[in-house]
Amino acid sequence: MRVVVVGAGPAGMAAARTAADAGAEVVVVDSEPDAGGQYLRGRARFAHPGVAHWKNTEVWMVEGGTLHLRTTGAGQGDSGTSTPPIPRVLTFDSLVIATGAYDRPLPFPGWDGPGVITAGAAQALAKQGVTLAERVVVTGTGPFLLPVATALQDLGATLVGVYEASSPTRWLREARAITANRHKIRELATYRRVLPRLETRTAVVAKHGDRVTVAKLDSQWRPVSHRTVHADLVCVGYGFLPRTDLLPDAARTDGFYVVDDHQRTSVENVYAAGEVTGIGGADLAEAEGVVAGAAAAGLQPPATALEAVRRGRLFGQALARAHAVEPGWRSWLRPDTTVCRCEKVRLEDLTSASTMRELKLTSRVAMGRCQGRICARNAAELTGVPFDGQRRVIAVPIPLGELAELPEEQP
Amino acid sequence: MNPDVVVLGAGIIGAACAQALRARGLEVVVVDRHGPASGTSAAGEGNVLVSDKEPGPELGLALASRALWPELAHDAEWEEKGGLVVATTPEAAAPLRAFAAAQRTAGVDACEIGPSDALTHEPHLNPEITAAVHYLQDAQLNPVKATRTLLRGIEVRRAEVSTTDGRSVTTSGGVISCGAVVNATGPWARHFGVNVLPRRGVVLVTTPIPGRIRHKVYDADYVGAVASGDADLQTSGVVESTQAGTVLIGSSRQRKGFDEAIESRVLKALAQRAIAMFPMLADVPVMRAYGGFRPYAPDHLPIIGEDPRTPGLWHATGHEGAGVGLAPATGHLLADLLTGATPLVDPHPFRVDRPEVMV
Repeated sequence: MRVVVVGAGPAGMAAARTAADAGAEVVVVDSEPDAGGQYLRGRARFAHPGVAHWKNTEVWMVEGGTLHLRTTGAGQGDSGTSTPPIPRVLTFDSLVIATGAYDRPLPFPGWDGPGVITAGAAQALAKQGVTLAERVVVTGTGPFLLPVATALQDLGATLVGVYEASSPTRWLREARAITANRHKIRELATYRRVLPRLETRTAVVAKHGDRVTVAKLDSQWRPVSHRTVHADLVCVGYGFLPRTDLLPDAARTDGFYVVDDHQRTSVENVYAAGEVTGIGGADLAEAEGVVAGAAAAGLQPPATALEAVRRGRLFGQALARAHAVEPGWRSWLRPDTTVCRCEKVRLEDLTSASTMRELKLTSRVAMGRCQGRICARNAAELTGVPFDGQRRVIAVPIPLGELAELPEEQP
Repeated sequence: MNPDVVVLGAGIIGAACAQALRARGLEVVVVDRHGPASGTSAAGEGNVLVSDKEPGPELGLALASRALWPELAHDAEWEEKGGLVVATTPEAAAPLRAFAAAQRTAGVDACEIGPSDALTHEPHLNPEITAAVHYLQDAQLNPVKATRTLLRGIEVRRAEVSTTDGRSVTTSGGVISCGAVVNATGPWARHFGVNVLPRRGVVLVTTPIPGRIRHKVYDADYVGAVASGDADLQTSGVVESTQAGTVLIGSSRQRKGFDEAIESRVLKALAQRAIAMFPMLADVPVMRAYGGFRPYAPDHLPIIGEDPRTPGLWHATGHEGAGVGLAPATGHLLADLLTGATPLVDPHPFRVDRPEVMV
């Protein structure tokens, strides 16, 4: 039987190893040149008997039991060895989706100008050894801000501040999750050098040139006082949005795939693992990958992995509560603040609408190149239109010429 | 207070009916389960076409509609862009010219132009074309904005409708008593007693390439695909840009119920047809695809009139892929018939009492 895993981050790698050890033929398809995903980019070693790793390869559509693939970048397939070129279609008996998540930015005046990037983008660039600017601030919510700040500081940047919009006291209500995940507290020590720069209930609410307006926030994230700091670069991360385009019809909650205790989605023979099912860190993603890989290969998942998933989810749920995005952010915008960068839609251009489709077709928000991946959720919250989870049948842009040359018969 | 008329469906046809009835002084309430333009109306390209219709009752309705639209759609991105129909094979050239000649006698502004003139209109067009006709009346609008404009000042209730007897409507939000009911539920109209079936269509949207494609440009074989009743997949090249610079690529027709899955073979066929017309599109990325359901009547004519079996129940549906273009005249005609005014066009071809329509 063939198990295909999409994504070579912690979840995907664990799923692939587990399924291969169970005797399945495993193919890992990943869009990057190296395994590791966002979290372990460039640091992962991934070679495992029975696992073929197809690099620089994107899945743009899942159609029944077939994946439609396209290669990206210069490299094709397994580097080094003389493997045949990546086919355009790949069939599977079981599929594991482990495509991860990307940062959610919140808009504020100036966020669409130079010197503002997502925290994840900053970290990815830092992993390549690029220094970005002299004076940086990190703003957002959640523990992910700390490794980002640490990575930037390690590259010699002056860390002006790490601004956490939520209050740390919220974690006091989460004793059960903390007790089950003591190692997460130890992890904090890794970031001790940036902790003196950490300010809570604080956020960047505007940027103009190298001047950044920093506000103290109330519990609903409404600004209560302002000050100005100098910074060349603002790194923004208000949690994560899952990359769930490959299964437009799968059941979801709050954007994340709904899975059962064997990581099965609502789509037959399709499993999901890692941040696509909820945000909980790399160790939870890896445990989910083990469960999904075993189940996808037809085995009972190991009890240790099931227990790790249970504990990790306690932490993930606590994280979602403690670092929920509060509605006061909407007061950071001015009428002319950009909401959708691709189509240059401002707050005042947003129309009253009853559905996302009506909102999009009357204001053009979320209609541009990113297809709402960055802005749709924010636009929904700004207008009160129910967020529809964004059904995209083509997961990545694909040239018409490639579509025209799709294989005639699917194998 | 009970409304005079309840319109079922807040798509472009329901909105046009509601607007026309209100203009006659009637109290109108529109009921829709999702809200304005949430179904077929938002799933097309917003075309107002006369070019694809042969002389006959539908063309008459289209020409009447074309005259009404500019005033109604001025704040709905109304654009008189014109249509360019091209023959791509030697065999297709003569039928296209004959088709255009017949349309001219019926009042359509159809200018036969040579391939070199066609390339002046559309510089990126495949120079291999064998004939071309320029239709000056073809236009485009934003169907969601147009629907909202038509519904201005009219109450739209969000509710699911279960039944109607022509004098009342039972909804998930209660029963509404009224003088008459208009079934404008498009591909879902069969639920209220007329033989309308969903005919699937898929549109590809490219990343923006502003200014590269100027007209609605389509292959002459499109007319044959529209007129066919085949359930199997049919595709034809239909290419146009929007004001945002994206290019919309159609068209496909398929009868497979309300199945929303988008198939790769449809994407492939659409891409091939589009590249055959505009070779430069081969390098342009598609960033999304969307699908919808056209309300298809087996004899290819809209259904506009009172149901002889249920007095008080009126139908305005079955416009297939031409609902945006036909909407204002449909609303006008329905309001004429309902109020006893002189009809805008001969209503007889659109009557409900047709063998293929009554179910």
